Amino acid sequence: MTSDAMDEDDHPGLGFIRALPHAVALGMTAHAMKDGRAELSMPWSEDLVGDPETGVIHGGAVSALMDTCCGAAAMCHPDAGGSTATLGLRIDYMRAATPGQTIRARAECYHVTRSVAFVRASALDDDDARPVATATGTFTVAPRS
Amino acid sequence: MSERPPARPRPEPVQVVKQRRDDALAALVAGVPYIRFLGIGFDRRGDELTGVMAYDDKLIGNPILPALHGGATAAFLEVTAIIGLSWAVLWPEIESGAIDPATLAAGRMPRLPKTIDFTIDYLRTGLPRDAYARAQISRSGRRYASVHVEAWQDNRSRPFAQASGHFLMPRRDV
Repeated sequence: MTSDAMDEDDHPGLGFIRALPHAVALGMTAHAMKDGRAELSMPWSEDLVGDPETGVIHGGAVSALMDTCCGAAAMCHPDAGGSTATLGLRIDYMRAATPGQTIRARAECYHVTRSVAFVRASALDDDDARPVATATGTFTVAPRS
Repeated sequence: MSERPPARPRPEPVQVVKQRRDDALAALVAGVPYIRFLGIGFDRRGDELTGVMAYDDKLIGNPILPALHGGATAAFLEVTAIIGLSWAVLWPEIESGAIDPATLAAGRMPRLPKTIDFTIDYLRTGLPRDAYARAQISRSGRRYASVHVEAWQDNRSRPFAQASGHFLMPRRDV
């Protein structure tokens, strides 16, 4: 499925996330998906800039990374699994991401009911101590047959 | 002067008015690479703006359905909110001549509002076709603003996503 042998332990959804056309267009890389946790990154690029004077990435691009990462976490939760769609997503932007630095997102699906997966995430640049943004989201859970 | 001066100055020719407004809007939008990357444009009717995100394969999330990526939808809503808010603030200054569109076109844009938080409601699947959005400024203060934005595709009365957010207004003392 993937060329990287290290992925064998990972969730099969990793290949799905890596193939999402919009995620590919934004240059996202999915690093890990396991037990309701996901890690993705998105390198700085000229195309993603929201403030041409400073080179800071647009909030919308950070939202796209957060949405993808949260969705990936929901997909790989043992009690959810399968396909999912975002119901709601709230993003708090704490500071501007430093221009030129890759943004890393980590998401954790912390609760799942029969219908809804609850996920939280944070986005970091090279400064681990000060998150760029945090997010909380709700996602659909595919009905069990 | 023998003639009595008119009670009101003659209105400007329509082309002059349109050109000034369109130049200001184009300058506001063209400066942002990410708006260009997503292929978002704005239709203007007077002071009312409608964001248009033309369909493109790179906006797709799930290719099996296929459906727009939630992230593309979120970004479209946020872009429409920021441009709508900026436009509402700049409009009186564009109209009064306090801001010269030539200055805007030269790249000396006022700073854009910064997103503090943004909450997106996904109401329906985003279909693989053009999307439209309009922002409504709920409050616009000196420091903070609240904006609500709705996006739809085929039917204006059936939005596929909506969002609301708080924004930090740029300082105007520079």
